Amino acid sequence: MNSQVSLSASRRLKRRYRAEKRFKAYCIGALLLALAFLVLFFSDMIRQGHSAFVQTEIQAEVTYNKDTVKFTQESVDEDIAPLISRAVFRAIPRRVENNPGLMGTTQTVWLVANSDVDQYRKGHNDRLGSQDLATLKRLQANGDVAYGFNDGLFFSGDSKIPSNAGLWSAFVGTFYVMLVVLAISFPIGVATAIYLEEFAPDNRFTQAIEININNLAAVPSILFGLLGLAIFINFFGVPRSSAMAGGLTLSLMTLPVIIISTRAALRAVPQSIRQGAQAVGASRWQAVRDHVLPLSLPGILTGTIIGVAQAMGETAPLLLIGMIAYIPEAPTSMTDAATVLPAQIFTWAGMPERAYVSLTAAAILVLLSMLILLNATAVVLRNRFERRW
Amino acid sequence: MRTRNLTGNTAAVMPPPPTTERPRVKRNTKMDVCGLSVWYGDKQALHSVSMDITENEVTALIGPSGCGKSTFLRCLNRMNDLVQGVRIEGEVEFDHENIYAPEVDVVELRSHIGMVFQKPNPFPKSIYDNIAYAPRILGQVRKRTEMDDLVERSLKRAGLWDEVRDRLDAPGLSLSGGQQQRLCIARAIAVNPSVLLMDEPCSALDPVATATVEQLIDELKENYTIVIVTHNLQQAARVAGYTAFFHLGEIIEFADTDSLFTHPREKKTEDYITGRYG
Repeated sequence: MNSQVSLSASRRLKRRYRAEKRFKAYCIGALLLALAFLVLFFSDMIRQGHSAFVQTEIQAEVTYNKDTVKFTQESVDEDIAPLISRAVFRAIPRRVENNPGLMGTTQTVWLVANSDVDQYRKGHNDRLGSQDLATLKRLQANGDVAYGFNDGLFFSGDSKIPSNAGLWSAFVGTFYVMLVVLAISFPIGVATAIYLEEFAPDNRFTQAIEININNLAAVPSILFGLLGLAIFINFFGVPRSSAMAGGLTLSLMTLPVIIISTRAALRAVPQSIRQGAQAVGASRWQAVRDHVLPLSLPGILTGTIIGVAQAMGETAPLLLIGMIAYIPEAPTSMTDAATVLPAQIFTWAGMPERAYVSLTAAAILVLLSMLILLNATAVVLRNRFERRW
Repeated sequence: MRTRNLTGNTAAVMPPPPTTERPRVKRNTKMDVCGLSVWYGDKQALHSVSMDITENEVTALIGPSGCGKSTFLRCLNRMNDLVQGVRIEGEVEFDHENIYAPEVDVVELRSHIGMVFQKPNPFPKSIYDNIAYAPRILGQVRKRTEMDDLVERSLKRAGLWDEVRDRLDAPGLSLSGGQQQRLCIARAIAVNPSVLLMDEPCSALDPVATATVEQLIDELKENYTIVIVTHNLQQAARVAGYTAFFHLGEIIEFADTDSLFTHPREKKTEDYITGRYG
């Protein structure tokens, strides 16, 4: 009798173990699938984008004189001129202006090639004419053609000339927009969360506010764009396309994220700390300021960083407030027309030239690395300062 | 007398018998609770409870879980005000002043009536700052040297000085459980209260630490009036001069500890202290 019971028990036990193993296998499978997609995405981006980080340069003699400052195409050999980026010629008058000593000299320098040459060397293009191709072959044989780091990608603004297009104006725009987002949503979000969590009575009104804030986090972002357009631009008259308008609109999106994560961080501080402080005569605010806030600060910062990172990758609401414009010059103030990284990616993705395909992928890689960096900071902050009770 | 029902408010009409016969010693009354009723939402937790708390004595509150003894204790420094949906009626006099009067500043009150909690809850700061925090925010001490003295004095009174004198900058949470609880006691007495409320201060401690804290309570009653909630009947018998037995939100019996434990007048008290329920 006894052995029978234990036998059936062991059979059941085996079945249980099998079910557990099966379940574990499903979970691992799901994880592997997700990982595979991630790896696929990254490798595709790197495959397409890596070539945009380098650029073909051609070594040539540049003559600076009165004529070539006016007709800049003539400053280099007429065979080579069609291979050089237009942006190079455009920069010649300025270069002479900055360095008058160049006038009347001939210099041998490395010049950025145009995108047709660049794309040909990267194996994408057959737009190069036979004569230009012959010139290129000759230059290559002389060792006058090489890859150089594409610093224009980081340090020049957007351009219709692919070899001159860069992310600088988008960087500056993103910086301004994030500044506005932080300045607005951090103080308002944290203060709201402190009120709701520490001071507000638990009644219908505050419950309604809570539900609405939670719902706000789930509102499609394009609607925030409409709201921003209606309120900030049409009603308050904030300039269109400006970092100010973008920042204000994105603040609306970031606020609920910061409020929710701050509340979670405050709630994680045990009640005994508040009671201990109040039992020795601290007021509610003193207890919050001296004990609860310092303890929850890492959590609050983590939430804020994640919220800001989310805003940084947001494009849809910006479409509606005109931040999807061609901005070659970096904005110099909050009210100048600006663009941001994801909007720049969107713009480039729509360009017809082949060169923009790899530029788009490169910009995606840059944006992704910035976001990963931000999120990693958040994780490090949380792990380093998190306290458990 | 025994026919008194347990849920009704008869006590408001007729004061509970034990309190009328409680021994009057020459000591002063520090706190006088009169007709205290507490509701959490619709649930009544205390039914018009009255009790005197004698100065420089230890008063123990015993009774089964949920009998209202912690609620009672937390009414004495208005910590119950922090609970959502609480309603409090009746009077609690502290040095002949009703602490529930509208003009009373709760923050000020709590600096006169200190509290020690069930689970040691030192602030996640240094040992020094744990003690110095309250005097600093209350503006009682301004100079660094005075603060050093106060910290030393408080730790000495709590019997912790010799163990921590070399590491005042160490975090309070690095101490052992018993040490943490004594740190909390030191923190409570640093603002120089006259009453100390202790809510099961030893329930999270091992027997050795418990003995230390009990000895400390015995010493502290020289200077402080102490009210202690405990589940441990032996502890009540060891440290308290007076003991009140709570049941279902009422005081069944309140007497000096010796007579309560040796000659309980009420059947319920006898059942409880002999371990028949609770």
